[in-house]
Amino acid sequence: MTVRATYGEAIRLGFEYLMERYSNVFCIGQGLWSPWYVGNSMTDLDHKFGRHRVIDTPVSELACTGAAVGASLCGYRAIVIHPRMDFMVLAADPIINQAAKWSHMLGGQAAPAVTVRAIINRGGEQGAQHSQALHSWFAHIPGLRVVMPATVQDARDLLISAVLCDDPVMYIDDRWLYDLSEDLPDVVERDLRSEKPRVLRSGKDVTLVGSSYSTLLCQQAAVELEKQGIDAEVIDLRVLNPLDTTSVVESVAKTGRLVAVDGGWRTAGLAGEVIARVSESLGRFKSRPIRVTLPDAPAPTSKPLEAIYYPDSQRVIEAVQETLAVAR
Amino acid sequence: MTDVSVTRASDLGGLANPARPLSPIDVGAYDDATLRHFLTLLFRIRFAEEKVGELVERGLAKAPCHLGIGQEAVAVGVSAALNARDRVFGGHRSHSHYLALGGDVYKLLAEVLGKLDGTSRGMGGSMHLYGRELGFYGSVPLVGATIPLAVGAGIAAQMEGQGAVGVCYFGDGATEEGVFHESMNLASAMRLPVLFVCENNLFSSHLDINLRQPSDRIGRYGDAHVVNTRSVDGNDTVAVAKAANELVTHARNGGGPGLLEAVTFRHRGHVGPKEDIDVGVRRRQSDIDAWKRVDPIPRLISALRDANRMTAGEIAQLEQSVRKEIDEAATRAEAAAYPEERALLDLVYIGGASK
Repeated sequence: MTVRATYGEAIRLGFEYLMERYSNVFCIGQGLWSPWYVGNSMTDLDHKFGRHRVIDTPVSELACTGAAVGASLCGYRAIVIHPRMDFMVLAADPIINQAAKWSHMLGGQAAPAVTVRAIINRGGEQGAQHSQALHSWFAHIPGLRVVMPATVQDARDLLISAVLCDDPVMYIDDRWLYDLSEDLPDVVERDLRSEKPRVLRSGKDVTLVGSSYSTLLCQQAAVELEKQGIDAEVIDLRVLNPLDTTSVVESVAKTGRLVAVDGGWRTAGLAGEVIARVSESLGRFKSRPIRVTLPDAPAPTSKPLEAIYYPDSQRVIEAVQETLAVAR
Repeated sequence: MTDVSVTRASDLGGLANPARPLSPIDVGAYDDATLRHFLTLLFRIRFAEEKVGELVERGLAKAPCHLGIGQEAVAVGVSAALNARDRVFGGHRSHSHYLALGGDVYKLLAEVLGKLDGTSRGMGGSMHLYGRELGFYGSVPLVGATIPLAVGAGIAAQMEGQGAVGVCYFGDGATEEGVFHESMNLASAMRLPVLFVCENNLFSSHLDINLRQPSDRIGRYGDAHVVNTRSVDGNDTVAVAKAANELVTHARNGGGPGLLEAVTFRHRGHVGPKEDIDVGVRRRQSDIDAWKRVDPIPRLISALRDANRMTAGEIAQLEQSVRKEIDEAATRAEAAAYPEERALLDLVYIGGASK
């Protein structure tokens, strides 16, 4: 039976699925009893499952994240929610030094099955400390799985896979995707270890690679490009760490052209990683790969600056046109 | 050595002064078997750490080894209040915390040498110990890092409702980390069953507490966070055990977290086997000598003999048998195998290889 849901509602469906079936799942974070911190993604979960399982907390990202890690070493599957990723930086130690390291440094005997939910919440003149997309940072850390749903179904299903995974997982959702809507099939639990990037649209002329909101930009660009007679293949990365670019390499082997789109910064970022991996595997391209990213600058607050800061689908289209300017 | 004179009076008073008049340890509340167990553990921790020091001096252990020689009574006393359902977390100086819960000397020494038979299968070394079957959930060297993990163990224990507690050990330096205060506040606000154990040895790696804090009494933070607090002589095994038991019992019964400040002193430097005063600002040989006068092991031995609980012969025999155990464990550990090369990538994720 399918159900119509938005991206935000799908996240909530994921929480509901998990908390109904797994008594060892609980949520902890700031603003979980408030209607506005996390959009419509957790509405009334505290009333449905009790405030002992949906814990609103003191203003202590570090201790609350550490506590989620600790509880997850004791048989629980804690989900710690950070309504803005920028604030999560205060909790770097339990995520990077602890959760990601315990399996390796303790000989594979213990790892916290914790899910760190980080929300990208930007735009609207919020500026440098209310806008960051730090997924590339965390994808750099061995031992931490990082997922970024771009679709409504993944918003629900990757959350479920993340929480049921025995490793620590960072689940990153983007408020700019909350109004997407889709018919969802029943949940099928999937092992996160076998979740890979997915080809959302096949095409022969150029490969567009994105994740989260950048995947949407790639899809929007592909629709426009089709009108211009350009057949773009769109790949959604979905799982940023461990990153498996097999399908991207296969795609570029076919199209010969690559545009990597990312909502993070340019230097040492995800788009650069994708291009590097494809370049290591393929000796020849029809034209040089291009990345579309944020400029290497903090998010501005001023309207005209913000307007040029975030890439849109037009920027992706222009990048594709640039790759095609070289003779086919 | 920089010498900085500190004129402020100690808020800890006698607890921070090894030249204070000592009252004898009162062993009256414990039976012979328990007291013998205490002494066995004190011997085991002391001799095991001396052995670790030898392994470092011989160049066999290269990783940083932080010895707690002189501080053994804290872990022995705290562990007396715990059972295997409790969850205990340590820090960089945690050999004693592991051994006091019944940890195996061979596994400890094998880990220090990076061997497969070690507590962490040779992947951790001295600073990353593990012994879940004992209730030892792990130790890591990031200062203060396990404090919120123990709070999480307290959340787990509260949800289970079986009376378990989360425990973390840390030093006085860790109380200068913000995470300590966030964690105390969170545990107190949620009335979680957590025991915070501060081994106040009056020094961070190198700096005297009086050069870092406006008071040397860590117990004052208990007032700020409304946490039940005891500050005790950390070189008196019995005093530690009694205070830990009070706080743990209270936490098990829903009374919220406890802070135990055990005032002690490490005989050796911050890291490595030497009684290094050079890395210590204001750490003098005369201080070390003075603190050896209040060494927890001779103090417990005197009390046992004065109370006719153990004879000199029994004590000597016990000491000899523990030394033999340590020597045999070290010989085995030196001969043990290292992890296989594939461990490097296979253990990144708990479920096996990374892809």
